[in-house]
Amino acid sequence: MLIEKYPQEIERILANYPPDQRRSAVMPLLYLAQREEGYVTRAAMEEVAALVGLEATQVGSLVGFYTLYRDEPGGTYHIQVCTDLPCALQGAEAFAEDLCRNLGIRLGETTPDGAVTVEAVMCLAGCDRAPLFQLQAPDGIHYHENQTVESALELIKHLRREGGRG
Amino acid sequence: MTAAQVRLTIDGMPVAVPAGTLLVDAAKQAGSNVPVFCYHPKLDPVGMCRMCLVEIGRPQRDRATGEWVRDPNGQPVLSFSGKLETACTTPVEDGWVVRSASELAIEGRRQIVEYLLTSHPLDCPVCDKGGECPLQNLTMAHGPGKSRFLFDDKIRLDKHLPLGELIFLDRERCIQCGRCVRFQEEVVDDAVIGFFERGRKLEIVTFSEPGFDSIFSGNTTDICPVGALTTADFRFGARPWEMNAAASICPHCAVGCNLMVNSRREAKSGGNLVVKRVMPRQNERVNEIWICDKGRFGYAFGSSPERLTRPMVRRDGTLVKTTWDEALAAVAAGMRGAGKDLLGIAGGRASNEDLFNFRALLDRLDGLLVLDEPMPGGEWTGLGPGSDLGRLGPADAVVVAACDLHAEAPIWWLRLKQAAERGTTVITLNLRPTRLDKHAAYCLQHGLGESGDTVLALQHPGRAPAGSRLQAAADALAAAENVIVFYGREGLSAVECQALAAGWGRWLVKTSRSGKTNNGLVAVWPRSNTQGAWDLGLRPAADGLLQALDGKRFAYLMACDPVGDDPKLAEAFRQLEFVVVQELFLTPTAGLADVVLPAQAFLERDGTLTSGERRVQRFYPGVPALGDARPDWQAVASVGEALGVPLESRSAAAIMLAIQAAVPDYAEVSYQALAQSTEQWPPVGGADMYFGGTAYKNHQGLGAQLPRQLRAEHLPAEPPTSLLRQPRPAGLTLVPVARLYDQGITLRPSTLLKDRLATAGIELNPQDAEQLGLAHGAVLGLVWAGGTQEIPVQLSADVPPGLALVPRSSGLKLDEPMAAPLARAEVR
Amino acid sequence: MAELLLLRHRERPELGELDGYQAQGGFDGLRKAVTTMTPAEVIDLVKASGLRGRGGAGFPTGVKWSFLSPGVFPRYVVANADESEPGTFKDRELMERNPYQFLEGVAICAYAAQANLAYVYCRGEFWDLAYRLEENLQAMRRAGLLGERMFGSAYNLDIRLHLGAGAYICGEETALLESLEGKLGQPRLRPPFPAAVGLYGKPTVVNNVETLANLPLILTRGADWYRGFGTEKSPGTKIFSLSGHVARPGNYELPLGTTFRELIFTHGGGTPSGMAVKAIMPAGASSSILPGTDAVLDTPMDYESLAAVGSALGSASVIVMDASVNLTWVLRKTNEFFKHESCGKCTPCREGTYWMLHVSERIESGGADGEVRLLRSVAAGMQGKCLCALGEFATMPVVTGIDRFPDDFQSNGRGGR
Repeated sequence: MLIEKYPQEIERILANYPPDQRRSAVMPLLYLAQREEGYVTRAAMEEVAALVGLEATQVGSLVGFYTLYRDEPGGTYHIQVCTDLPCALQGAEAFAEDLCRNLGIRLGETTPDGAVTVEAVMCLAGCDRAPLFQLQAPDGIHYHENQTVESALELIKHLRREGGRG
Repeated sequence: MTAAQVRLTIDGMPVAVPAGTLLVDAAKQAGSNVPVFCYHPKLDPVGMCRMCLVEIGRPQRDRATGEWVRDPNGQPVLSFSGKLETACTTPVEDGWVVRSASELAIEGRRQIVEYLLTSHPLDCPVCDKGGECPLQNLTMAHGPGKSRFLFDDKIRLDKHLPLGELIFLDRERCIQCGRCVRFQEEVVDDAVIGFFERGRKLEIVTFSEPGFDSIFSGNTTDICPVGALTTADFRFGARPWEMNAAASICPHCAVGCNLMVNSRREAKSGGNLVVKRVMPRQNERVNEIWICDKGRFGYAFGSSPERLTRPMVRRDGTLVKTTWDEALAAVAAGMRGAGKDLLGIAGGRASNEDLFNFRALLDRLDGLLVLDEPMPGGEWTGLGPGSDLGRLGPADAVVVAACDLHAEAPIWWLRLKQAAERGTTVITLNLRPTRLDKHAAYCLQHGLGESGDTVLALQHPGRAPAGSRLQAAADALAAAENVIVFYGREGLSAVECQALAAGWGRWLVKTSRSGKTNNGLVAVWPRSNTQGAWDLGLRPAADGLLQALDGKRFAYLMACDPVGDDPKLAEAFRQLEFVVVQELFLTPTAGLADVVLPAQAFLERDGTLTSGERRVQRFYPGVPALGDARPDWQAVASVGEALGVPLESRSAAAIMLAIQAAVPDYAEVSYQALAQSTEQWPPVGGADMYFGGTAYKNHQGLGAQLPRQLRAEHLPAEPPTSLLRQPRPAGLTLVPVARLYDQGITLRPSTLLKDRLATAGIELNPQDAEQLGLAHGAVLGLVWAGGTQEIPVQLSADVPPGLALVPRSSGLKLDEPMAAPLARAEVR
Repeated sequence: MAELLLLRHRERPELGELDGYQAQGGFDGLRKAVTTMTPAEVIDLVKASGLRGRGGAGFPTGVKWSFLSPGVFPRYVVANADESEPGTFKDRELMERNPYQFLEGVAICAYAAQANLAYVYCRGEFWDLAYRLEENLQAMRRAGLLGERMFGSAYNLDIRLHLGAGAYICGEETALLESLEGKLGQPRLRPPFPAAVGLYGKPTVVNNVETLANLPLILTRGADWYRGFGTEKSPGTKIFSLSGHVARPGNYELPLGTTFRELIFTHGGGTPSGMAVKAIMPAGASSSILPGTDAVLDTPMDYESLAAVGSALGSASVIVMDASVNLTWVLRKTNEFFKHESCGKCTPCREGTYWMLHVSERIESGGADGEVRLLRSVAAGMQGKCLCALGEFATMPVVTGIDRFPDDFQSNGRGGR
């Protein structure tokens, strides 16, 4: 139960908004829920709903709408490469393909050991440092910019070995 | 001061509407049918589908004076922006010239239809909505002949997705109009379906347990403009154009929702007419265009194979099927000379015509007539003339006492919720939290046996402690212009309920409210025609049925099952010389009878019912009678004939004439008067189904409301307050509570609802459970009816400490609160 | 070298620390507003400065503030930090390296709006940045620059953070408010506008990060000073985010009215390939694409001048493409973007963006000429019908790309990127 594991953090999140506007807390609570399993479980959805006085469906709706919330498990780490227009003009698509080939997977898939999922995403506001990707780790989202396939593989090796945020 | 009028021109027609009217409504009223999908007149506009695009020409204004610029002929100079606008989101303004059929508008709508149809599947041949589909109709009227979209690009989505067991979703057909989601959130406050994903993948989803957990879910299939939402009940059932439609009234509660029963001849039923589905019929003063799922899906009892289709007589201890002639001969022989020793018991399910004949028979024989419903107050209930819950406003107040409307009369819950949203002060008075509390200005929860004190404080401002919620509620009530009081019997003994009803009756008289529009007392009867029974002079047994049976030799029961409700009565009935039971099913009471007569279900016959608001409404036959079943009024006349008492037996209409003559309040209630209908807003069904949904227009009658004017002499004197303070039993008290889906004989045969029917169980407060050493799901032993019953336990923080809630009509027979007879050490 | 009003940290990195910022006159603007001016006076000052919204719409900021419904309280201010337009990365730099100038701007706006609570709606991907921003806010609170009785006055304010979760549409101000309220990030009907009915139904000002970062210096140096930069109708400086086929992609703060040529060649170092500039998208993916002609290169980058050449400045996210690029590929990329980001609420955008992507994929891999006509028609059919600007802007690259680069769309001129 999230409330048992993170009581102070939940309190802080709720206090971030006016007391009669608990619904606003759903989004940060969903990030908290996602921290546990890497995706938002049905049980977590219902607990968040109870915390803010909503139906489970209203919370589930948000999980489906926003790209950064997941409703099913994937790799421990999500490497999300921007392949949008400005980055693509600077070789991001080739970078993403090369990286996947080196990992033995296709874009969108997870490595067999379940450590890494590589995905293509839309603009990350790092267009002057392409190729870049964001790493969605259990503790949050971190940018890795001006990447090469080598530096990316080095990061993955480090993550596999020691976890953390790279 | 009435709303200011706005004058504008729509497609060349001059139109005058109140300020604030949306252009789409103004156009509809003017006869200019601007097409819509996402717009619905009972929902807030959202401007999502973009189908209602029109051109608006606005009078130019002089920058300096602000006056309209006029041409040499004095006409306002108009400017058309060249852009299309959505009529559904735009309130009208003076001087507008609106074109809904200009080239630009027509082309714009053609384009929107093309977009909508890109990934919409060509399912028409297999889609239930075909024939009553707004998308079909509006595509024919406004769409391009061909699509330029390539079939291979079409998105593929789930097609047979059950959203719970009652409603199916086809995601490919969905055009993302949002009507279903918005209905659930805005109208019935059950946000159990929602949108998921985004863009083209935007789809409907449910995360409630069970899925689509709302007692109003069926209504979404009426307003869905495509075949995306269909009921499990009607799926692949029939084509709309094949079906007959018969107007009816819902038999399940006292609201009296107007229905349309659709039927069709079927080969697999031997060529018989079979009910295919039940739909709402529009009556803006009763149920608007909605019905709850119990009314929509709870009609299967009519065709249940358990139905009694032939009379039965007892031979050698067993009931055997026979003919009417033989059965009536047995009645004549068995009840010869019946008079004062005859007890007649009728239930509130029977129609006015049935009850009138029944009463006539008992009166003629001088027998004792008893209404098999202990809830008192029916001689005081009713509202002032022209009352309409839909007209309650900020100056009005409603008190809801001792009932959970959402479970007992869902459409009243909905109407009061909407009244609260319009500013009406709602005050709830219950033992426990109920769903109406969320919309109530004051929730006055009280303890068992303490309702009397709370009510007195509410009725007499100044009595409650200063600064308390109770005092604020009392002040609000005193200040209200109009007051309606709804009362039930939850947590009350018969004595308390009587005192409650009479007390409010006296208050309505004292405050000069009784007899005025939107004032009065309404009983939340458990059955559909209990009010009619009271109006026709039936009364509950003064001291209970057991007492009524004392000294009787014969009993005639119609539309009730006292033995089923209270097994302790079985022995008393067995002691009688002769018992005749007229019923739909072989109930426990019927099982003890000497003669059983088969009655027709409401679907097979006509008659009238009087709702809790005292609206008399007609219902018409939808399917032929089953077997040899007769309408109750006719069966009673047959029994009368057997006993030498001539009664009206020609038709229900003829009986109504007799009622008009015999019952002063019903003098004006003719079948013709009841069949009067007027045009209602919003338009629904037929050519208007794209606008208001597939609910049926009401051509068959809006019914007639009987006003009630109470005077002091109608009501008993105020009892001593000591009577209103009931002692609180030590330990746990069992309190029967209503559940919408219970195990009553008229609902149990609806297999579609089987997973939602309440089962025998007890709800406890976690603190009490802990003291008893019970966990959620544990099994408790209850000493009951001479034995011990094992009842599963559920925990809920909403249950007040000291109470154990038992769902009514779900296997554990309990009518009034009583001390919990817990078996010792019977905890599993 | 032109004076930097916004990217001042490039010359003075110590601005990123609170004491460094305060040492350079930081929070003098806020202090001046709170202690010596009325909210109405602050609004008048900003109106006089001519500052226009930097998020893309270019609406005069002071005028926007003046639409707040009088007498209705509480009010809210929301800083739109949902920077998601492809090719835009200016707000990020401001928040990372000159955060206090931005936050002071938020506070000035809040004071003018008479709001006591302001939110920074930050896109979820800016996770680490948001953590640091929270530290910046803590520092401000500890220093009494936020909280009760600021600068000894009766005014109190708190600024809080709210993270988005990956939806470009939440950069649209009403969709942002819906998201902040915990609902789906779908745009609302307008009217009413946020100044009347905004966050939690109350009057709200939503401004872009860069817009707000302009405020402290306007307060301390005045409107006339500010008007000394840029053009008459587009005063001030603008951060241009330059990306694509340029040697030195990055943020460049230049006066409005600077030409494309100067930005791309003088500052950006021209195309690495040495090839000619074939196409310019001045407003990220939401652009009316311009050909790299001399006339275009010499066009001043301001709101009016770009409108005059059939384009729009938008957020000034300038994406440069050299002759190696085929517009069929570009359209497929922009259509991918809009199809992914369409919220789905309205029919033309939901269906149109999906349809356009399929058609442009076929065109890119050598489809029939009729497909090009169809693509343009589908785009044109969306125009003027969508609920919000996303759908409208999704059509701009398609229509302008097809009209202005016809060679790329001939069957024999095809071949991907």
